[in-house]
Amino acid sequence: MSEPLLEVSGLKLHFPLRHGVLRAVDGVDFRIGPGETLGLVGESGCGKSSTARAVAQLHRPTAGRVLLKGRDLVQLRGRELIAARRDMQMVFQDPYASLDPRMTAGDLIAEPLRIYRTRGLLALSRPEQEARVAALMDRVGLSSRFRNRYPHEFSGGQRQRIGLARALALQPALLLCDEPVSALDVSIQAQILNLFKDLQAEFGLAYLFIAHDLAVVQYVASRVAVMYLGRIAEQAPAAELYRNPLHPYTQALLSAAPIPDPQVERTRQRIILSGDVPRADRAAVGCPFADRCWRRMEVCRVQTPRLQEAGPGHQVACFLHHPAEGTP
Amino acid sequence: MAGDILLEVQDLNIRFDTAEGVVKAVDGVSFRLHRGETLGLVGESGSGKSVTSLSLLNLVPPPGRVSGRILFHGRDILAMPGNELRRLRGDRIAMIFQDPMTSLNPFLRIGTQLAETLRLHQGLGRRAARDRAVELLRACGIQDAARRIDQYPHQFSGGMRQRVMIAQGLSCGPEILIADEPTSALDVTIQAQILELVKELTRSLGTAVILITHDLGVVAGTCDSLCVMYAGRIVERGPTTAVFQDPLHPYTQGLIASVPRLDRPGTGRLAAIPGQPPSGIGLPECCPFHPRCDRAMEPCRARRPPETGAGHSAACWLYPEAP
Repeated sequence: MSEPLLEVSGLKLHFPLRHGVLRAVDGVDFRIGPGETLGLVGESGCGKSSTARAVAQLHRPTAGRVLLKGRDLVQLRGRELIAARRDMQMVFQDPYASLDPRMTAGDLIAEPLRIYRTRGLLALSRPEQEARVAALMDRVGLSSRFRNRYPHEFSGGQRQRIGLARALALQPALLLCDEPVSALDVSIQAQILNLFKDLQAEFGLAYLFIAHDLAVVQYVASRVAVMYLGRIAEQAPAAELYRNPLHPYTQALLSAAPIPDPQVERTRQRIILSGDVPRADRAAVGCPFADRCWRRMEVCRVQTPRLQEAGPGHQVACFLHHPAEGTP
Repeated sequence: MAGDILLEVQDLNIRFDTAEGVVKAVDGVSFRLHRGETLGLVGESGSGKSVTSLSLLNLVPPPGRVSGRILFHGRDILAMPGNELRRLRGDRIAMIFQDPMTSLNPFLRIGTQLAETLRLHQGLGRRAARDRAVELLRACGIQDAARRIDQYPHQFSGGMRQRVMIAQGLSCGPEILIADEPTSALDVTIQAQILELVKELTRSLGTAVILITHDLGVVAGTCDSLCVMYAGRIVERGPTTAVFQDPLHPYTQGLIASVPRLDRPGTGRLAAIPGQPPSGIGLPECCPFHPRCDRAMEPCRARRPPETGAGHSAACWLYPEAP
């Protein structure tokens, strides 16, 4: 890979609880190159949203480094952090909750520009700003005639277009997208997914694309990381991961996802996992997936597998693929 | 399957008067449910699928106005007096909802909520109802049911709460189970567990199921037949295999094509349906899909298409005669 745009290493985000600690993110490493899409998948509570928020410094990480174009965001404060973060913007899941209902579409899209302009981080005249907002609206498929409308006058899909225009306003190199299409109806979801692809081709954008829908991630991602209980269980190029999943959790996840074809569904063999996703405040001994794993061995209870290379670019944290330490 | 009709909905209309005008949430819907059948009602938000399911137990909230007939064993549910309706609800027709957190009472123990239905409908005593409730929880895959029954809903995970809802729904051995997006709030691995459970239990009890969902994958795996809804109308219906293999209505075709598929890694673009679904206000008497349809013709803008075809049918001017 060329020089990475974003390099995350040893990222941890822990929240203190009344009893113990919630390990939302517990040692995550990944890289994203320019123009690349890393898909981050996993079920609720696995830490995928927390990872994005820790990368964006919306929650300050408990440990680890977040290098954006070589600068460690964790070490930066105040104006320096704002300046460094310009290359990385966020798109949120809920287009109803993430847009201020009292601001017009035009103001919402101009807000990032205004923030950087008033801090002297961006030289942009008023007419230039107006022109950029109009161009952005046009680019994401919203008529700039709608600039004076309020969020409630737009549908869910149109609101997500506003969210995208807002994220693109500062011309970032990387978007952190936290479930950007999961609140949308399928016919609208396809429109927005296509828009993500078009924008990437046009501006050379890189994405960290978080989703729980494996088919959506397969469509957008060049590489995929599967998270479970705050850790990455498996990471591989997208085609490889879907063709040859190595971790039992990835295998179960793929087999559980429904396919819209009755003939395929009727003949499919499902791995039905027992139990629920455990809470992340457990003691960090053993494999986090051991409780639900149908290929569990004794070692899985006592040692924690590390993410290791199992093939070219294919990493997995599972003792089925790596010998445990201290065994012959 | 023909002849053994359990439920028949005839020309159902549901209107809501709002400040902006009359919303036609459901606009002339008719369908039949046969004994032991699993029928899917598929559609996107605002298509009228949920409010249709509510009307089956006469639960549409005011200011909704419901007209038409819903015949269950020859009796019209919409015309039933209150006491007869109460005997029906939860006993012969049961319903489970999307979010088990808001449909279970957070102040009552799980056992109390399960026993309530059993005591009311089956006349069981306190002791017997409790024993039966433990049995039901166990049948729904809740381990350590005798202890769990004294816990409160917040002590259960989302998947476990949905199991409690299913136990409650099936507790009186209903003839029909209405499930409104029962797995949409759940993770895929949990969704697979719950769908498997519903399939097993309803098959062994011979219960017919109406499954309301937006997820085509869920329909493909669970339903015998389906109705596709758009803007308050059924635009296509038929056996699940036939509809997926040979979708007739351009909306159904678009819907199937717009879903990315796990088993078909594609590099190209998704076939999105352009535009937005209509709001349901001031819908003219034409095809509601024509503004988004790439095959729209003159009649589509002028008149409402009739539903043509036997078994597998569509309401579309492409098929003025049976396809």
